[in-house]
Amino acid sequence: MTTAPPIEARGLVKRYGHVTAVDDVDLNVSAGDVYGYLGPNGAGKTTSLRMLLGLIRPDAGSAKLFGRDPLAEGARALDGVAGFVEAPRFYPYMSGRRNLEMAAALDGDGAEKRIDEALETVDLADRAGDKVGGYSHGMRQRLGIAGALLRNPRLLLLDEPTTGLDPGGMRDMRALIKRLAGQGMTVLLSSHLMGEVEELCDRVAIVGNGRVLYEGSLPELIATTAGHYELRTTDDVYAAELAERHADVSDVSRTTDGITLSADEATVAKLTIALGMAGVGIHSLQARTATLEELFFRMTES
Amino acid sequence: MSAEAITIERAAERRAARRPGVGKVYRWELRKLVAQKRTFIGIAAAIAVPLIFTVALLADPNGGGPEGVPFGEYVRESGLAIPLVCLFFGALWLLPLITALVAGDIVAAEDHNGTLKTILTRSVDRWQVFAGKLLAALTYTLAILATYVSVGVLAGGLAFGFEPLTTLSGTTVGVGRALYLTAAGTLTYALPLMAIASIALLLSTLSRNSAAAVVGTLMVSIALQIIGSISALDFLDPYLLSTQFNAWEGLLREPVDWAPVVRAAWVSALYAIPAVAWAFTVFLRRDVTGG
Repeated sequence: MTTAPPIEARGLVKRYGHVTAVDDVDLNVSAGDVYGYLGPNGAGKTTSLRMLLGLIRPDAGSAKLFGRDPLAEGARALDGVAGFVEAPRFYPYMSGRRNLEMAAALDGDGAEKRIDEALETVDLADRAGDKVGGYSHGMRQRLGIAGALLRNPRLLLLDEPTTGLDPGGMRDMRALIKRLAGQGMTVLLSSHLMGEVEELCDRVAIVGNGRVLYEGSLPELIATTAGHYELRTTDDVYAAELAERHADVSDVSRTTDGITLSADEATVAKLTIALGMAGVGIHSLQARTATLEELFFRMTES
Repeated sequence: MSAEAITIERAAERRAARRPGVGKVYRWELRKLVAQKRTFIGIAAAIAVPLIFTVALLADPNGGGPEGVPFGEYVRESGLAIPLVCLFFGALWLLPLITALVAGDIVAAEDHNGTLKTILTRSVDRWQVFAGKLLAALTYTLAILATYVSVGVLAGGLAFGFEPLTTLSGTTVGVGRALYLTAAGTLTYALPLMAIASIALLLSTLSRNSAAAVVGTLMVSIALQIIGSISALDFLDPYLLSTQFNAWEGLLREPVDWAPVVRAAWVSALYAIPAVAWAFTVFLRRDVTGG
């Protein structure tokens, strides 16, 4: 037997009438990944997560968590898996602790013993006796994480966990996710916040209109945009002409305060020498890689 | 097999061995019911109606009992007639409504509020969640009925005395026998009421809307009563759920008339089993999108 990957989805499709919410989605999340599932609102992220957790049935394709299909194996397929889809929901007429006690009772496996630790981890121990109806949005989000931790998960699925939080709450939530990932937990983080994904994730799937537009390493994705430069000189017109004459330089264009071009490092070095010999001074030369945000919009709006 | 794989496999086996069952779900469903106001609104109504009826009788000491109602003419002779008259009145809409108040809400509210996904992403299977909810709804139904009758017995007994009861055959039975027959009658009455709970559970599962399920159940109950009152449809009477609410009267005849009791059992099952089966199938296969 080999250890199955935390998430392996193949050809997931979900339609609502004429709308295809999720269209032939493949996902591969390996153990230890902090995996960003990035897409604009309505891209099908939440629907995909619901299918992964067995809450809704795909019209085609399959999803396996640690090699188990939630639709075929029910709750057993969720062993070692925890998280929440959209906002975590609790019973407002019960206290935070009572809600966790119920969740733990339905988890079994000694989850009751982890309640205090989970409350401490999310910094809710002081308010655990209060009814959830009186909790702020951020407290409910943290209670959702506490509920997930009761399951002692190896895989954590989080759907936009920082949405609706104030800046301090967002910072704390990200720090918590980092800490959990640092403990070796595999995390799938669905988000539409580029900065959040860039800060937390090492692998991403970018989705748009229900389709996966890119899946792979985040640094590799950003590296694909390397080789672009911004150049400011004492004579930009001449610099542009010189660059265009160079066989290994491409995409030369004038901007308001300089030129941009694409070339490898060695070619750029030769170009700067040529400019110097021609008596053209260089004010600045900056290598420029696209940000995740630029890549995201390029992919989702194309 | 690698060492890591063996460890994971063993952990999974241990977890499976300690997986919670229907009993755990059922206990937490009851706890949730106890924590909700609507539960106590139903219980308060079940307590209030027999009390109000008894007080109304006491307030008019020269009046008789309700006319055309089983045991109506004996309410001032024995307090034990009070719960039986209350059972008759309760079938019109009160007990179906109280039953629907919880059974119609038990799935729909969770779906609407998003807590269904909270439960279904734990270590219990869907069928276990459904079974726990069904059992909790039926428990509440029985508890409401037991409260209703007990309050009737106590209020009636205290107001008009724990006296021997005149049966529907005109014979008199002692207090012990009357209480026993009242208990048996209550159990018989519970059969159609549990069928009503099953219909409410079905509507709750199908509609995903508490109000629609509660009102829908009440409409079904009243519609059956209306059909039962149309003389051209008399042939349907034995098969109407509303008719089965009178089956307990057979136990308060001498000799006991078992025919309506037996019919109440199978006719109630005829309504309840398909409703539960339908709700179960939908619950097992449904997309959980709420919340």
